[in-house]
Amino acid sequence: MSAGKSQVGRIYMDANATTPLLPEVVEAMRPYWTEQFGNASSIHLDGQQARTAIDRARETLAEFFNCHEAEVVFNSGGTEGDNTALFGILHPGDHLITTSIEHSAVLQAAKKLERFGVTTTYVAPQASGLIEPTDILRAIRPETRLISVMLANNETGVLQPVAEIGKIAADTGVFFHIDAVQGAGKVKFDVRQWGAHLVSISGHKVHAPKGVGAMFVRKGTPVDSLIVGGSHERRRRAGTENVPGIVALAKAVEVAMHSIEDGTMTRLAGLRDKLETGVLALPATGLNGALSDGKPASRVANTTNIWFDNLEGEALVIALDLKGVAVSGGSACHSGATEPSHVLMAMGLNKHRAGASLRFSLLKTVTEAQIDRVLEVLPEAVQSLRALAPVSAGTLA
Amino acid sequence: MSEARTIAVAMSGGVDSSTVAAILARLGDGNRVVGLTLQLWDQTRLAGKHGIPEAPKAGRCCSLDDVYDARRVAEHLGIPYYVVNQQERFEKDVVRPFVSEYLAGRTPIPCSLCNNHLKFDQLLKTARSIGADSIATGHYAANEYDEGRRRWILKRPADLAKDQTYFLFGLTQEQLAHTLFPLGRMTKPEVREVARQKGLALAEKPDSQEICFIPGGDYKQFLMAYLEEQGEEMPDTAGELVASNGEVIGRHEGISNFTVGQRKGLKVASPSPLYVLNIDPASHRVTVGADAELATDKLRANRLNWISVAELTGPMRVKAKIRHRHEPAWAMLAPAGIDEVAATFDEPQRAVTPGQSAVFYDGDEVVGGGWII
Repeated sequence: MSAGKSQVGRIYMDANATTPLLPEVVEAMRPYWTEQFGNASSIHLDGQQARTAIDRARETLAEFFNCHEAEVVFNSGGTEGDNTALFGILHPGDHLITTSIEHSAVLQAAKKLERFGVTTTYVAPQASGLIEPTDILRAIRPETRLISVMLANNETGVLQPVAEIGKIAADTGVFFHIDAVQGAGKVKFDVRQWGAHLVSISGHKVHAPKGVGAMFVRKGTPVDSLIVGGSHERRRRAGTENVPGIVALAKAVEVAMHSIEDGTMTRLAGLRDKLETGVLALPATGLNGALSDGKPASRVANTTNIWFDNLEGEALVIALDLKGVAVSGGSACHSGATEPSHVLMAMGLNKHRAGASLRFSLLKTVTEAQIDRVLEVLPEAVQSLRALAPVSAGTLA
Repeated sequence: MSEARTIAVAMSGGVDSSTVAAILARLGDGNRVVGLTLQLWDQTRLAGKHGIPEAPKAGRCCSLDDVYDARRVAEHLGIPYYVVNQQERFEKDVVRPFVSEYLAGRTPIPCSLCNNHLKFDQLLKTARSIGADSIATGHYAANEYDEGRRRWILKRPADLAKDQTYFLFGLTQEQLAHTLFPLGRMTKPEVREVARQKGLALAEKPDSQEICFIPGGDYKQFLMAYLEEQGEEMPDTAGELVASNGEVIGRHEGISNFTVGQRKGLKVASPSPLYVLNIDPASHRVTVGADAELATDKLRANRLNWISVAELTGPMRVKAKIRHRHEPAWAMLAPAGIDEVAATFDEPQRAVTPGQSAVFYDGDEVVGGGWII
C-alpha cells in the first residue's frame, strides 16, 4: 500500500473526515482550470466568465441555505467559517456561549479570544450527546454577544436542537452561529427556521474539494472580515475567489439537496443501522450517543459511534486499516498519535472507553456487501485484540 | 516456502531504525513491513520550566521532527506507518520510577525500563494486535535460537562500540523469539552506507545520546519541573556529608544531587579530590572519600532476568558490566537468596552504583542481569 496508488478493495467508512469528489463535481469544475481561468474581479470577458460562474454558484448556495444570494460568502472551509464567526463578532468584554463538544476550530478560537478579554461558557452535553437548550438559556448574561453550537456532532452524528437555541438567541438579542459542517449534505438546511445569523459549511465533507467552503451571513450581521485585502465577497472575505472550488461546491450541494429528497438518506440510515446492530451484537460493546431508554438520539444518517471494552482503540483502527477498512477512533494529536475524543469525554465516558471507541461514518455510495464485509472482519480483529488484553505485567521492576 | 509474515518495525526517526525498515521493506521476500512509532513523551510538556529549553533539539525520540523523519522514510519505502500513543504507559512505567529512584538516592537508567516495558513488551503487544507476527528494532544486538539449550540467546553485536545488549538484559524468551535485530551483524559505518544506498535522506543524521525525555540532559531541572507540574513537593533530603572514617565534614542540600563516583558539586574544601562513595537514603547521609575508596570487588543485584540459562543454580565465571560505558570485568557470579545474586570481581571496580544494572556475559552471550542494590 503506498500513498496515492490504487485503493482497490478498500472500504472507506470515514466520511466525516472527508469525502471523495463526485464525478459530476469533477466535471463541473474542469473548465475553470485552463479554459475559463479568468479573475472574477477583472473587467474583461475572461473575468466576466469567472464572475458568472461564481454568481450562479451563489444562487445555488442561497437555495441550499434558504437565504438571499447576498447572504452567501465563499471561503476556504469550515475552520475559516468558524474562526470568522467568533473573531468577527466578539470584542473584549463580550461573553460567548458554546459547547464542550464543538470542533477545535471553535474551541481553539474561543481559547484564543480568552486572551483578549472575551469570556466563554462551555455548555456540557447530556450523556446522550445532546445539548439541552435550557442550559444555553441559563448561561445567558447581559454581556453575552454570541452563541455558537454545532448542527451535527462529528463524532456521534447527534443533531443539536438548533431551532430551539435560535429562539433563545432571538429572545435574548444574541447572535447565533451554527457550525453546520457535519450536517451539510445529510439534513435539510433552513437558516431562517434555525434563527441563525451565521452558518459555516465545508466543501470536502460534501464531495467537493478540500480548501473551499461557504458561510451564511444574515443581512445586517456586523461580522468583521478575518482576512482583509481586496473588496471581494462584498468586503466580507478578501482574496481572489477560488473559482473551480466554488463551482464544485455549488455542484456538490446541488447533488446533496437532491439526495436528501430522493430517499438516499433513508437507505443510508438502513445500512448504518445494519452495521450498528451487527457491531453491537459483539460482547462488551455499546452505543455512544444513546438516550436513557437506550435508543439513539436524533442523528445524521451516516454515523455511528461504538465503544469496545477490553481493547485499545488505536490498535483496532490500525488492525482494520491493514485489513482494508478505514474507520476513525479518537482524534489525532500533533504527532499523529491518537488521543481520547474530547466529545466522548464530555459526554461522561471514562478515558478507557473514550479511547476505545470507533466512529463509522458511511459514504452515500456504501454498499450492503461492504457492510457485510466489515461485519466479517471486525469481530475477528476485536477477538484477537481482546485475547491480548489486559496489558501484561512487564518483566522488570 | 513459509507463509508471508507481517513485521512491525519500531521507527524512531533515526538512522538505525530507518535502515532496518529499508532493509526489510526491500527484501522482496513477500513479507509485509509496517512502521510504528511509539509516541512516549510530549517534548513541549515541561518546556521553559526550571531552565528546560523551550525548543527541544532534533534527534531525540518523540520530537515532532523525529516523527516527521520516520514518516518520510516510511513514505519513501511505501510501507504503512502509524504513530501509537503510549504516553500514559511511559509516564507510569519509566518516568515515575525514574523520579522515585532519584529521590531515593539511586541513579536509575530509564532506557532499560523503556526497553522492557515499552519497546518490547508494549510494542510486541501492539504489533500482535494489528496482525504482525514479530517486531524489528534498530538495536545493535544479535539473537539466535540454540537447539541444544532450547533457549533464545542474546549476543553482543558485530560493532562492539555500539553494543546495546546492556540495555536489553530484561528481554524474555518470548520477546527474543519474536524480535529481529537486523543490525546485529553490521557496523555503524555499514549501516550509514546502506542508508545512503537505499536513498534515505537522514543517512547523515547524528546519533541521539541523551535520555529522551530530558531535554538538555539536566535531570535536576527535570525533577523540579515534573514535581511542580504534578503538584508535589520535592522531598527534603538534606543531610550530612561525612568522610569515610565517619567524621561529619559538612552538609548537603539533598541526596538527589548526588550519584556514586561524582566529584563535582560537593562544596567542601579538601587537599585531595573527593568523590561520592555512598548515599544512604534512610539517614540522608552522603559519604565521600578518595578515588581509591570508590573501588570495590563485590556487588549484589536483584530483580533478575536470565537469558542463556533458565536459572543460575551455582557459581559461574562471567564478565560483568556495571554501567553503559564500563568494560566488562571478570567476576565470579553466585546465587545469593531468592531473586538475588552476588558477584565478586577479580579486580576491584570503580563506582558500583545502586540503581544501575549489572549485566553478565559469557563470551558474546548475555547470561542475564539484574539491578544493583
